[in-house]
Formats: sequence, structure tokens, C-alpha cells
Amino acid sequence: MLLEYFQMIDTVTGVDREAQSLSARAAVPDESPVFEGHFPGHPLMPGVLLIETMAQASGFLVLALNGFERMPFLAGVKEGKLRTFVEPGAVLDIEATLEHDGSGFAVTRAKIESADQAICNANLTFRTMPFPKPDFAVMIRERAREIGLEDERV
Amino acid sequence: MTTPTFETVAEIISETCELPREEISPQSHAIDDLGIDSLDFLDIVLAIDKKFGINIPLEAWTKEVNSGTAPAEQYFVMENLCARIDELVAAKG
Repeated sequence: MLLEYFQMIDTVTGVDREAQSLSARAAVPDESPVFEGHFPGHPLMPGVLLIETMAQASGFLVLALNGFERMPFLAGVKEGKLRTFVEPGAVLDIEATLEHDGSGFAVTRAKIESADQAICNANLTFRTMPFPKPDFAVMIRERAREIGLEDERV
Repeated sequence: MTTPTFETVAEIISETCELPREEISPQSHAIDDLGIDSLDFLDIVLAIDKKFGINIPLEAWTKEVNSGTAPAEQYFVMENLCARIDELVAAKG
């Protein structure tokens, strides 16, 4: 994870196209400028970044399922529950499942565990739309490749 | 007299948007009369898709309205929305 660059996913560990789910892994860094403010002398992974982590796993799932044709943008967070604190160095197991593939939107369920302990979960809504510009699509595909996600169509 | 589809959709809208059920009539315009915004409308479409086992082509509808090829009333007045839902259910077979 590079928190300050919003790179929340280290590795996609699996995509189950039949179950429409994706699993991923990420290690919270031991040090980050984020921890200098959150909180001084008591570093904790910000809850909003845990939500972002679930959103990115969900986003890569939606991209994998739509063949990288449309970009999912986070539009709604429901039933978000942050169950316990996450400290620097924690390894996160993230799972996202497609709940509904609508016309111009998608809904996922996502959760994070660490050492088999439930960390957080949420239901997320995305607007899906054409990439705003070609460079954007290239950048997203490149990032997907970096984390081990193939961009094959289902 | 209202249809079962209208009753179901009105219930969904009432719950999703916390609107009093009695304020929703077949002639209500979802946006102009009920004040439903685009994000709440996604939740409504999600609930309708699931309830009726259909996939409302919301993006195509929006495109038609924005380009002027269809009046907004065709899709966003309740009785018309329900008629479109019935058509999608019938097309599903």
C-alpha cells in the first residue's frame, strides 16, 4: 500500500468470474506521512482509507467483469462498519462480490479481514461510465497489471 | 385505480426516499414532483431490478431524455415508469 498515492491494493489473489468476486491482499505500511497526522504518536489506518480499499477492490472486480470498458466511480457507501483498529504493518485480506450489475451502475459487497479477524465491511454503489479520456484507461490497465489483474473479458 | 406494479414501485420509493406513501400517485413525476435525485434513483432502480427480475435500461433512457429524443415524462412519471416496467417484465417472458 502507498497510502499517500491511494494505491490501496498490493496484489489481486483471485478472481472468480462465476461467483463474480475478487480477493486481494494489501500490507499496511510501517511508515507513511498519513500516520503523522492520524494520529501523532498513535498511528492508525484511517477508516476512510479502509473504505477506499474496499472500493478499489470492488472497482477492479467491476473492471475485470466488464472487460475494462467502463470505469466504476464510487457513488455510495451503505452499511459501512469499521469493526476494529488497524495498525501499521497489518496484512489485509480484501474480498469484493458483485451484488448487482445495473444499467450505468454496479453494487458490490466488500469486506476486509486481517489474521482471520473481521476488520470492516460495506455495501458500495458505483456509477459506471466510459473512461473520461484514453490516458485514463491506459493508466488503470497499467495499474491493474501491476497488481496482477488480467483484463480478459468474462 | 392503481396497478400492482404501481403499488410495488410506490412502496419502494416511499422506503428508499423516506417519502410518505400517500404523496406518490400515478401522475407523480419522480424528479419534478417527488424530488428524487439521481443517486436515490439508482437505489430505486436497484430495488426494482431485483424485485421484478429485470434490468432497467436507465442509461439508455437518460441518454434519450438528455438528447431530446424522448420526453422525461415517458420514463419518470410514475404510471409511465410502471408501464415500462411491465413491458420489460413481459419481454423477459
